[in-house]
Formats: sequence, C-alpha cells, structure tokens
Amino acid sequence: MNRATLNLWVGIFVVAGFVAILFLTFKVGSISGANLGDSYKVTAHFDNIGGLKVKAPVKSSGVLVGRVSAIRFDTKKYDALVTMQLDRRIPFSTDTTASVLTSGILGEQYVGLDTGGESDNLKEGSEITHTQGALVLEKLIGQFFISKSQEAPDAGRK
Amino acid sequence: MLEGLLGSLRQVGAMTLEIAEGIGAVLVFLVLTLRHSATSFRRFSLTIREMFYSGVMSLIIILVSGLFVGMVLGLQGYETLQTYGSAESVGTLVALSLTRELGPVVSALLFASRAGSAITAEIGLMKATEQLSAMEMMAINPIARVIGPRFWGGFLAMPLLSAMFTAMGVLGGYVIAVIVIGVDSGAFWSQMQGAVDVMHDVVNSMIKSAVFGLAVSAIATYQGYAAAPTAEGVSGATTRTVVSSSLAILALDLVLTAIMFKG
Repeated sequence: MNRATLNLWVGIFVVAGFVAILFLTFKVGSISGANLGDSYKVTAHFDNIGGLKVKAPVKSSGVLVGRVSAIRFDTKKYDALVTMQLDRRIPFSTDTTASVLTSGILGEQYVGLDTGGESDNLKEGSEITHTQGALVLEKLIGQFFISKSQEAPDAGRK
Repeated sequence: MLEGLLGSLRQVGAMTLEIAEGIGAVLVFLVLTLRHSATSFRRFSLTIREMFYSGVMSLIIILVSGLFVGMVLGLQGYETLQTYGSAESVGTLVALSLTRELGPVVSALLFASRAGSAITAEIGLMKATEQLSAMEMMAINPIARVIGPRFWGGFLAMPLLSAMFTAMGVLGGYVIAVIVIGVDSGAFWSQMQGAVDVMHDVVNSMIKSAVFGLAVSAIATYQGYAAAPTAEGVSGATTRTVVSSSLAILALDLVLTAIMFKG
C-alpha cells in the first residue's frame, strides 16, 4: 500500500476518533460545573440535608440556577453548612428561602430557592438565613403518631 | 505426606515468581521501548503505518461489536427498567455502562485479540527469520525501528477505537430503544445528558483506554520480541499475548475503577 493511501486512511481514522470523542462530550454527556464560570458563592445552614451531595443542582422554580459546591459539618452550630455557586446573571433577594427537596419520589435531592420580597440581593459570600432541611421519613411518621396520640383522648371525649 | 505438601508449596512459589518475573520483564521492556522511542516520532510515518495496521484494520470489528453491544444493552435495559416504569432511563443505562466500563474494556479486549496478536506474530516472525539480527548487523536498533512504532501506533490508536466503540454503542442503544421500541427520543437524550458527566465519565473512559492501550501494546511487543525463534515459539507467544493482555486489562480495570468511581 502506498504512502498516500495509508496517510488518508489513518487521517480518516483519527478524525473519526475525534468525532466520536466530541459526540460523547456534547451529545452523550454534559459539562457540569464548567458552565458556571461566572458565579457567586452563598452559604446556608440546614438542620438536615438528607442525601444532598456535592455537585447537586440548585434550582428555582425547577430551573437550574447553580450547583452545591461544598458540604461540611459546622461544629459551632452543630448543623450542616452548604456552600452553593449561583449563576451571576440571576440575582436573589436577601430573604430567599432555601430548602432541600427531592425530585420525584426516589429522585436525587437538590436545593430549591424561593426568592423573597427584599430589594437587596445576595452577594458573594452572603448567607441564606431562611432554610428548611430535608424531610426525614422516620421523623414525619413519629410526629404523625405523636399528634394522633394527643388527638385521641379529645376524640374519645367527643 | 510432608514431601507432597512441600512440593505443592514449591509449585505455588515457582508460579508466583514466574508471574512476577513476567510482569517485571514487560515493564523493563516498556522502559527500554520508551527510551528508544525518539525514532517513532522523528520518523512519524513509521508510527502512522503501524496506526494503520492496528487502528484502521481493527475499525470494522470495533464498530460492529460496539453497535451490537449497545443494541443488546438497549434491549436488556429496556426489559428490566420497564418493570419499574422508567423505560426512559434506558439511555442513561446504555451510556453510563458504555462510557464507564464496556467501552474501554471490550474494545481493549478486541484490540488485544485483533491487533495485539498480529503485532506479536509479526515481530516474532521477524525474529524467527532473523530480520531483527540483520538490522542489528546494519547498526539499526530493532527496538527503535521495529518495536517503538508498533508500540506507539497501538497506544495512540486505542483511545480513539474505544471512543468509537462507545459512540457506536450509544447509537445502537438509540436504534433499539427509540426507533425499534419507541422510547421518547427527547427523554432518551436528556436523561442521558443529565447523568453522564464529561469530566467524571468521558475523560475517565479515555484515561482507562489509554492505560489499556499502553498495557496491550507493551505486552504484545514484548511477547513478540521475547518469542522463541521457532514456529511453536511464535504461536505460543501469540496466545500468551491475548491471554496476558486480557488478564492485564481486567485487573487494571478493577484498580482504575476503584480509584475513579469510589464515591
């Protein structure tokens, strides 16, 4: 086989390989984290984060507005300190509420943001004070039974 | 009794030493190849020629196998996921299993049996017909002239083959799930894109296939170079290339998976 044909085939091979890599990068996968280059950082304390993981999405009205960048245990307040990177183009008021929610019944957990009425917006490094942690099924059932048992005597008297 | 026990212990010891010796010999040979690989890049046409034989010639088997593996994954995944009412996740299942495991591993196994064995047989035959000695007589280093280009050709071809295998597999899964079974096309791609992370999955897949390419090329060239210069020697070396490459791929895969996907 002569040199030119050989080079042509190897050229086709290499181009096809890179096309496959591009296909995997842009059609099969998605670049997470990198698309949030322009972002600001906010923190929030949660009493319970459930199964929230680093890189979990931060959504507002179901739209992706940022990602969880770090989770650690705060030894001063003894609760979870979650750091989030939010898209700089999307401002949130200082009285925004952050809650740990679940998408679907068995879906992944994410942080939901509901903006408030304040005119000031969250800045780099500010803290979201209104938070609601994840719902723990065992605690919910426990509370349900407690409230039932407190109701029961009243219900009997009536 | 005691003598028999000692005998079997001796056998275990001998086998262990043999395996360790084999790995050591391949590593020493790899270092030797790397030290003499300037020729492979200065005369890149040599490497291109080897990329043709190990890469382009493996294309058909890689693409067809990738398509079939993806189709089977699509069918099997659909069967199982359908019972949980999440048939749309079949795209996620196909893409994740292909990028993380099947793409690099199966294409490396195919590469070892298609290209690795050919490399070993070629070098072994060159040795048996004293072409390597003839080169040495002409003051040409056979490691630089023969081994280096084959090693680099295989090493450079492997990640590209693995990417093509994975891409074909995803397309195969798409054909089965969306076109044949009728899963929604939008959900198929969007769930896949939501689950496959480029840094975590695609880049790691490329790293894996590069490591496998290194291992297969090193083993194939070593086995060819170390083959006894007889017909049996070459055939035995070819078999050993396929067996030890496959074992090396699976063992390295376990180690790499443990490092990459532990969380």
